[in-house]
Amino acid sequence: MTDSLAPVEESIAEVPPPSRGGGVVRYLLAKVGGAVMSVLMVVVLGFFLFRVMPGDPVSIMTRGRPVSGAQLEALRAQHGFDKPLLVQFWNYLVGLVHGDFGQSYAFNAPAGVIIGERLGPTLLLTGTATVLAAALGLWLGAKTGWHRNGPLDRGSSGVALVFWSIPPWWLGVVLLMIAGGVFPTGGMQSPDSPAAFFPHALDVAHHMVLPVFTLVLALYGQYQLVMRASLLEEMNSDYLTTARAKGLRDDLVRRRHALPNALLPTATLVFLHLGMVVSGAITVEAVYSWPGLGQLTAEALASKDLPLLQGIFIVLVIAVVVMNLFADLLLRVLDPRVRAS
Amino acid sequence: MTSPAWARRRDAAGRAWREFAANRGGLVGLVVLAVFVLVAALGPVLIDDADLDVTRATGDRLRSPSGEFWLGTDENGRSVLALTLWGTQLSLVVGLAAALLSVVIGTTVGILAGHFGGWLSAVLLRFTDFFLIMPSLVLAIALSAVLDGGAGTIILAIGVVSWPASARLVRAQTLAVEARPYIERSRALGGGHGHVIFKHVLPSVLPLVFVNTTLAVGTAIVAESTLRFLGLGDTNEITWGGLLRSAGSSGAITYGAWWYLLPPGIAIVLLVLAFTLVGRALETVLNPKLRERR
Repeated sequence: MTDSLAPVEESIAEVPPPSRGGGVVRYLLAKVGGAVMSVLMVVVLGFFLFRVMPGDPVSIMTRGRPVSGAQLEALRAQHGFDKPLLVQFWNYLVGLVHGDFGQSYAFNAPAGVIIGERLGPTLLLTGTATVLAAALGLWLGAKTGWHRNGPLDRGSSGVALVFWSIPPWWLGVVLLMIAGGVFPTGGMQSPDSPAAFFPHALDVAHHMVLPVFTLVLALYGQYQLVMRASLLEEMNSDYLTTARAKGLRDDLVRRRHALPNALLPTATLVFLHLGMVVSGAITVEAVYSWPGLGQLTAEALASKDLPLLQGIFIVLVIAVVVMNLFADLLLRVLDPRVRAS
Repeated sequence: MTSPAWARRRDAAGRAWREFAANRGGLVGLVVLAVFVLVAALGPVLIDDADLDVTRATGDRLRSPSGEFWLGTDENGRSVLALTLWGTQLSLVVGLAAALLSVVIGTTVGILAGHFGGWLSAVLLRFTDFFLIMPSLVLAIALSAVLDGGAGTIILAIGVVSWPASARLVRAQTLAVEARPYIERSRALGGGHGHVIFKHVLPSVLPLVFVNTTLAVGTAIVAESTLRFLGLGDTNEITWGGLLRSAGSSGAITYGAWWYLLPPGIAIVLLVLAFTLVGRALETVLNPKLRERR
């Protein structure tokens, strides 16, 4: 694993600083190296969190169930807890490299396979909600930032603050109570969902309305406040004065000059806030029994399925690390100011 | 206490209070906060233990509000009003303790990283960045699932995952303070690391830490209720998140038992909002730049 880090250090030493192309390579390698470091830390943390913490993993798994000493021993042997710690760690690493996250205790199936099955629904739900929330938040943020202290600004900033204070899952519970009769209350499709593509998609979309709406309400405020602050930063810039002096209409000054500059840092924040999206999705999925990773987390918690929980933990954190790397690289491509610094 | 230094401090405190009082949101938040603290403190006096005991509950199952039960009953026939009031205490204490723990860790890491530099700073920053991008709820869930226990585990889990933001903030402030000439003077006169940190850096960082704590309590309360809602921690403890969990699992949602689902949730939102409003008002008091912009 350390091999992948070695080239990073070498190239930093070799590349001459003045060359512009070298700067890009160096930046790339530094960022990728940082992400690789983070992934390694996740892997180590994932192991120690679930194996070495106070308390025997087997006794946590069987908490609240009558088990004999022999059964405990058998469980220990089955999950390899009877071997020395270093051997366990090695087996864990080898397993991870092969995509093996261990055996789920509750499902009696490989944890990796179960996680893989649930990945799609989570991506569908969080992806849709993030796009909608970002669009709504950026639009509102641009509007309110431009007309600062106007009635819309005062009103919607207050509303955003309130939605920010509401736990997403409670919002889900309340919406479910209000609109549960109109929209499906759980799951991703009806039991008699049509097989043809478009009717099926329509059925899934119908099931998505409430969870997506909940997540959008929980997430958009963050984007709105960031966009508003970002636009306020640009408000007193000289280039806006120039644009106005040219005689441009206020609307054009905003759309052509202020917005593109304010949008760049905000766009990357959409990616950086992905951890929040994941947190929101976990609880909202649990409320609407949406068959994704969040619902799986709730199930794993209910059955004390530590191998499965460990797998979910590693997959979710690595996903967020990778998205962050992507955001860093994207900002560099989009924003010449970052490239120059 | 009539020395000039104390008179100056009193003046500064008075100015800060007037600045704070000019912020209507902050005042409202402070009043709401005071009410919650009062309820939490008087809970054991106001509420009879028998009202909380499942075996001694007097009401019917999931009854809508009436003269006897102002906010109806839960699935065990207990008064929702009594349960919600009782839950205030634990939510408030856990939120405060978790925020405090997180800010103490964050301040320590931030000051160390800002003051010492070199490899220590590099390692601490790498660590901070790692925890910063980590989806904190996922880690908190993992921690409280592995560690057995009640409120203590929840406090630990939230405190351990939510410190990076304050570490970054404190580090930036430490760097800014240490760049000033009076620190150089202090060093030239023979002030060691301990002297510089505790006599100069910490006092100038503390106001920021205070604001940060106030804002962090709101986040911690949401996190606490979320973990409880997922069934983590001791399920026998009466908390707002735990109440909503039993509401969900007892079919109160499909039954339309709004009197059971709304009060604990509204209490969470009000308390979080109060901490956020007070925190933002404090922010404007301490940061003149922010004051001009609003």
